[in-house]
Amino acid sequence: MSPELLKLIFGRLGIESLPLHEPIVVGTFVVVALGGVALLGGLTYFRLWGYLWREWFTTVDHKRIGIMYMILGIVMLLRGFADALMMRGQQMLAFGGSEGYLNAHHYDQVFTAHGVIMIFFVAMPLVTGLMNYVVPLQIGARDVSFPFLNNFSFWMTVGGAVLVMASLFIGEFARTGWLAYPPLSNIGYSPDVGVDYYIWALQVAGVGTTLSGINLICTIVKLRCPGMTMMKMPVFTWTSLCTNVLIVASFPVLTVVLALLSLDRYVGTNFFTNDFGGSPMMYVNLIWIWGHPEVYILVLPAFGIFSEVTSAFSGKRLFGYTSMVYATVVITILSYLVWLHHFFTMGSGASVNSFFGITTMIISIPTGAKMFNWLFTMYRGRIRYELPMMWTIAFMLTFVIGGMTGVLLAVPPADFVLHNSLFLIAHFHNVIIGGVVFGAFAGINYWFPKAFGFKLDPFWGKMSFWFWVTGFYLAFMPLYVLGLMGVTRRLRVFDDPSLQIWFVIAAIGALFVFIGILSMLMQFAVSLLKREQLKDVTGDPWDARTLEWATSSPPPDYNFAFTPVVHDNDAWWDMKKRGYQRPLTGFKPIHMPASTGTGIILAGFATAMGFGLIWYMWWLAAASFIAMLAVGIGHTFNYHRDFDIPAEDVIRTEDARTKLLAGAK
Amino acid sequence: MTIAVNPTQTGEPVFYLADEHPHPEGWSTSLGFWIYLMSDCLIFAILFATFGVLGGNYAAGPAPKDLFDLNLVAVNTSMLLLSSITYGFAMLTMQQNKIAQTQMWLAITGLFGAAFIGIELTEFAHMIHEGATPQRSAFLSAFFTLVGTHGLHVSCGLIWLVTLMVQVQKFGLIEANRRRLMCLSMFWHFLDVVWIGVFTFVYLLGVLR
Repeated sequence: MSPELLKLIFGRLGIESLPLHEPIVVGTFVVVALGGVALLGGLTYFRLWGYLWREWFTTVDHKRIGIMYMILGIVMLLRGFADALMMRGQQMLAFGGSEGYLNAHHYDQVFTAHGVIMIFFVAMPLVTGLMNYVVPLQIGARDVSFPFLNNFSFWMTVGGAVLVMASLFIGEFARTGWLAYPPLSNIGYSPDVGVDYYIWALQVAGVGTTLSGINLICTIVKLRCPGMTMMKMPVFTWTSLCTNVLIVASFPVLTVVLALLSLDRYVGTNFFTNDFGGSPMMYVNLIWIWGHPEVYILVLPAFGIFSEVTSAFSGKRLFGYTSMVYATVVITILSYLVWLHHFFTMGSGASVNSFFGITTMIISIPTGAKMFNWLFTMYRGRIRYELPMMWTIAFMLTFVIGGMTGVLLAVPPADFVLHNSLFLIAHFHNVIIGGVVFGAFAGINYWFPKAFGFKLDPFWGKMSFWFWVTGFYLAFMPLYVLGLMGVTRRLRVFDDPSLQIWFVIAAIGALFVFIGILSMLMQFAVSLLKREQLKDVTGDPWDARTLEWATSSPPPDYNFAFTPVVHDNDAWWDMKKRGYQRPLTGFKPIHMPASTGTGIILAGFATAMGFGLIWYMWWLAAASFIAMLAVGIGHTFNYHRDFDIPAEDVIRTEDARTKLLAGAK
Repeated sequence: MTIAVNPTQTGEPVFYLADEHPHPEGWSTSLGFWIYLMSDCLIFAILFATFGVLGGNYAAGPAPKDLFDLNLVAVNTSMLLLSSITYGFAMLTMQQNKIAQTQMWLAITGLFGAAFIGIELTEFAHMIHEGATPQRSAFLSAFFTLVGTHGLHVSCGLIWLVTLMVQVQKFGLIEANRRRLMCLSMFWHFLDVVWIGVFTFVYLLGVLR
């Protein structure tokens, strides 16, 4: 074939794009390929494809979509953590003239991929998954407002993750750091596909995130059961509402700034160039206008989880519910007024820096109020130290340290010394791991029995807990020290041998965390095997307080046989105290949304379009775009998207539960 | 939402609805669409801000005074404003259940919209022909992106409009189609509002500058 024809078909993709010269990547590929073949073979052998397609891939049930988000988050955690281990290993070894084992080309991709994956494809899916699963149950709804959109959002997130994973084996990922600042990310300095993978992975996933934000806002505003006024909503629902408001009010900014960067790269415009009037600092401003709300998008739901867990495991009503709600709302608003603290060193002048320094410090006030509310909830409570509560305690200790170093960094003169140092790295891992990751783990341990009908194994859970927590401190406290000594981030080799010991300690910490992650996988496996011993038939294994515990575990497709009516903040607690009797008769057909394959098909075309644009395969991009349009419009001609679950099915499901409950007594 | 919250006459608290009616179809749609529009509005806000920052960076290239033909822009603006009025007529006739008239007004709206896009493309072609390309300066990058994004929205609106006309023809003015026409109406008027911003901020102030 002629080179022109090859170029037309494959764009800039060729044999040389495959990283065959990188033994680490080739090794990874072999392992992943073998694992993938085994997985696909197993699915085919056990004839699971039809089941997966009908019951999971095309489902619009918020519970199943929530579980799929969690699986995505945990799978991507393994990838993101592998990157972390590689970095810790490299920095531990690259002393005294040693170059370590990663070349610069590879190392720069590793730290970029680590950040992108951990934020967009681990933390976001975990948080979105928990919100998707829990919020409709907490508000007594049957599903979200737009069930099809929910399925579509999930598959778009997967599409973004697929593009990031593809970059590992086909071509390369960005070497720019996780926010891809220009001019480095512009075509002149990053002419290869790395930044294009970055852009299109985030654009595809970003559509999903924005739509899921709109969906959950509508769900919370429009689908609450009777009696549940705004100030009777569970705190997790409140924090979810604020988080989704933040998503809708910030992700469009990311969409635009990435679109402008792509115009610079593909068309040759001058938004962020150094010449022809462009301004690279505008990119930095815009991306942090998204970026700072993003960290609150992640941490607010975690605050909600801790609120639910603290009150459930202290056996008390949450202390200061109203102040908790207002603190959440204040944080939501303030999170838009602090973005410049990410680049005090830009040189905006003393007045601007003071403004943003002060707004940043003010955020610690509502956050501190929350901390005291949790403490007062525990005060004189009958605290049960089960796994969710253990993660909550670890959070409270860790997050306070992270918060204090954050306030320190908010002081502009201090920031001029610490900007881009390992002190900053330690700070944000301190709050993101201590806040978001511990929160997600608390949430997983707390709601797992709701989703699957059996508790998670406590022994392996505690193993995971202790290795994670000690590993975290071992890994990141040395980075505070190194940062104060002036070590900057993203370095590949070091000259000063006196620093090495701190990196060795940090690497040991990372290994501890690794054992923590393995223990968690072990916890899932052991719990699955011991599911009969760990079984809970009551639907309320923790003696908890909110509405999701009123239904069976796992909940039926329709969540509640009858829509609940709420009288109190702790709705389920109130029902239990006032002698609520589960209805046994009078069941009616229930109206539910029907499954559809449109979401996964659309997301598949969007991903293909992204791949075409990354590699300059214009025919693929155009064809996928047209296909997307056709499928999307075609879908609007389907006017019958609902069905009724017949009353007999409801009766059968509810009778089965009645028998289970009778057996439990 | 206040039904059945209070205890029944017997004093027993009510914990569930024995007789429940599902939310009507499209119960959340108008709120959801509003929120979507606000997210879209944010996209335009960022593009306006970008234009605000870069709009004066001509890089020794052409400035608004050299490029903009206000007469043409006035004609173009009137096309879009008229299309909003005719869309309003379509909604009025829809309320009266008159399918043929609704379709006619929708078609006229589409023609005005297409005329708007046509004039805009002519303007763009003219500018590019004169060497005022998006690559020439940051001002032109910001100009083409802001105005082009608006044009892209109108084009999407046109595809949507045609789709809806087919659906109205096929299924009539059923509840679902009315809801869809209402959403497109909000979208169309929203683009009008954005255009007023573009007209003022980009063209009028540009020529003054």
